[in-house]
Amino acid sequence: MKLDQLYQEIILDHYRAPHHRGLREPFQAQVHHVNPVCGDEVTLRVRLADASDAGSVVRDVSYDSLGCSISQAATSVMTDLVIGRTLPEAFAVLDEFTEMVTSRGTIEGDEEALGDGVAFAGVAKYPARVKCALLGWMAFKDAASSAVGGTEVVGSNDEGAQR
Amino acid sequence: MTNSQHQRTGDRAGVVDAVEFARLREDFPILDRTIRDGKPLVYLDSGATSQRPVCVLDAEQEFVTGHYGAVSRSSHQLAEEATDFYEGARSKIAGFVGAGRPEQIAFTKNATEALNLVAYAFSNSAGYGAPADPSSPFALGPGDEVVVTEMEHHANLVPWQELCRRTGATLRWIPLGDDYRLDLSTLDEIVTRSTKVLAFTHQSNVLGTVNPVDLLVAAARRVGALVVLDACQSVPHQGVDLAALDVDFAAFSGHKMLGPTGIGVLYGRYELLAQMPPFLTGGSMIEQVFMDHTTYAAPPQRFEAGTPVVTQAVALGAAVDYLTDVGMPAIARHEAELTGLALQELGRLPGVRLIGPADLTDRGGAVSFDVEGVHAHDVGQILDDAGVEVRVGHHCAWPLHRRYGLAATVRASFALYNTADEVGALVDAVKDSQRFFLGAGTTAAGGRAS
Ligand SMILES: Cc1ncc(COP(=O)(O)O)c(C=O)c1O
Repeated sequence: MKLDQLYQEIILDHYRAPHHRGLREPFQAQVHHVNPVCGDEVTLRVRLADASDAGSVVRDVSYDSLGCSISQAATSVMTDLVIGRTLPEAFAVLDEFTEMVTSRGTIEGDEEALGDGVAFAGVAKYPARVKCALLGWMAFKDAASSAVGGTEVVGSNDEGAQR
Repeated sequence: MTNSQHQRTGDRAGVVDAVEFARLREDFPILDRTIRDGKPLVYLDSGATSQRPVCVLDAEQEFVTGHYGAVSRSSHQLAEEATDFYEGARSKIAGFVGAGRPEQIAFTKNATEALNLVAYAFSNSAGYGAPADPSSPFALGPGDEVVVTEMEHHANLVPWQELCRRTGATLRWIPLGDDYRLDLSTLDEIVTRSTKVLAFTHQSNVLGTVNPVDLLVAAARRVGALVVLDACQSVPHQGVDLAALDVDFAAFSGHKMLGPTGIGVLYGRYELLAQMPPFLTGGSMIEQVFMDHTTYAAPPQRFEAGTPVVTQAVALGAAVDYLTDVGMPAIARHEAELTGLALQELGRLPGVRLIGPADLTDRGGAVSFDVEGVHAHDVGQILDDAGVEVRVGHHCAWPLHRRYGLAATVRASFALYNTADEVGALVDAVKDSQRFFLGAGTTAAGGRAS
């Protein structure tokens, strides 16, 4: 059944027990992204080891989100894949994931690079769900880009870094 | 008269029982197709857009292959015939919604454009820098108020927000109650002497709630406000007499009433249309043009700038014939039966919360619900896998969803071609989604984030 390809066990596992969930401090950038089609939302924070360095290691990604299994699981997998990597490495993984899920099923995805992310290859066959899979990733891209050069926020006052 | 050549679908007046309705399915070839891996299509998304009977396509083909030309512009025979078809369609649609004269019907691209047309008429009446003529019914400015409701489709909310932004008027709204109906307890404080427009939907596209048009019109009349009715979800499903409802304007879309995409309808009280400034300008909507100014044609041409939606109008005329032949009272009864069944069956599933009135009183056939612990998108995916096509999301009514603490719902909506078996397929698929995501009695942690 096709559905099992979409909802692979790995996806359901991440959905039921998401990794790195919750909003943590400190962080240099926070973004809020929505999927206007279905109203799914994610608030996501990025903390870089060295915000003055565009090649910095991603120290932490924390988030609070509301959404379907695909968007929740994809965000969880994303945090596994980018935390501890340098920004250029993280962006490369992001590009590879994006390419896979927008390929309409023509690109399987490299397990070496994408880890649990390859489970989302099935999403590519459901074009209406691609945005779900990318919600958290796009939020990360946005937050990570603005974290570079940003100042560290501590003390839970959302303003300042919120955009 | 060329319009008489139009083929009626046969005399179906009086069909009422489910067997006859099931037979109508033959008129909709798409209903025979399958979905995903060979599942029969169960189309429960007519609230978003309805399917089209063959006679609508036939009418379009007959017109295009036999009578097509420029309407109202040339004097050759084809132009005359095309104009007859176009104006004939206008007359049919006028008759269908109780408009006294065809000139009360203007064709637009969709209902959204029709609502924008009215909203822009208000700001255009300000005369670009000059203050609005205070005697104009369309004069609007700071201190004036526009009233909508919390249940509106974005199409009947955003144009009014924008109008207020352009004119300095204030937007107010009638809140929703916990019973999924408008809370009219403070109506007199919301609709006041400052109110210039009261815009509301006849039937909610999410809740199914049918609003008390008479009460709302009376409130508007007491203070001299104009009434704009969003009739998108009522005109396709029940007999609607806009003149009897006494509204000033109404809008609906062709594609939700068995007609084509690309056509919407604006209905207006003629005296008001006659005073209303245009929205879009250009060819076909003029009376006289000089290098420095222009005078405008009478309604409805004033509101149909450019080459109009001729082919779509002819096809919509055929859709209206089809609906009339089946009979709107019979359609309303049939859909009420399906709605009642869906409310009953879904209502007794544990973990399913109906978002809308639970019984058929003042209620139409949009059945929205939330499945506890399973996101609407995921429910929709399981339903789709079973061939059941519904809409998931906020259905272009985000504030309504926010009011009930929801990000998204699942909506099944019915049309005359649906059957009781299809309601059964829906209910079974909802149960499947619970089994798939919740397993035996467990609740997914991720369904709703903190
Ligand atoms: C209540 C209501 N109003 C307005 C609209 C807008 O219709 P359209 O998108 O055809 O302009 C819709 C349908 O989407 C609707 O259900």
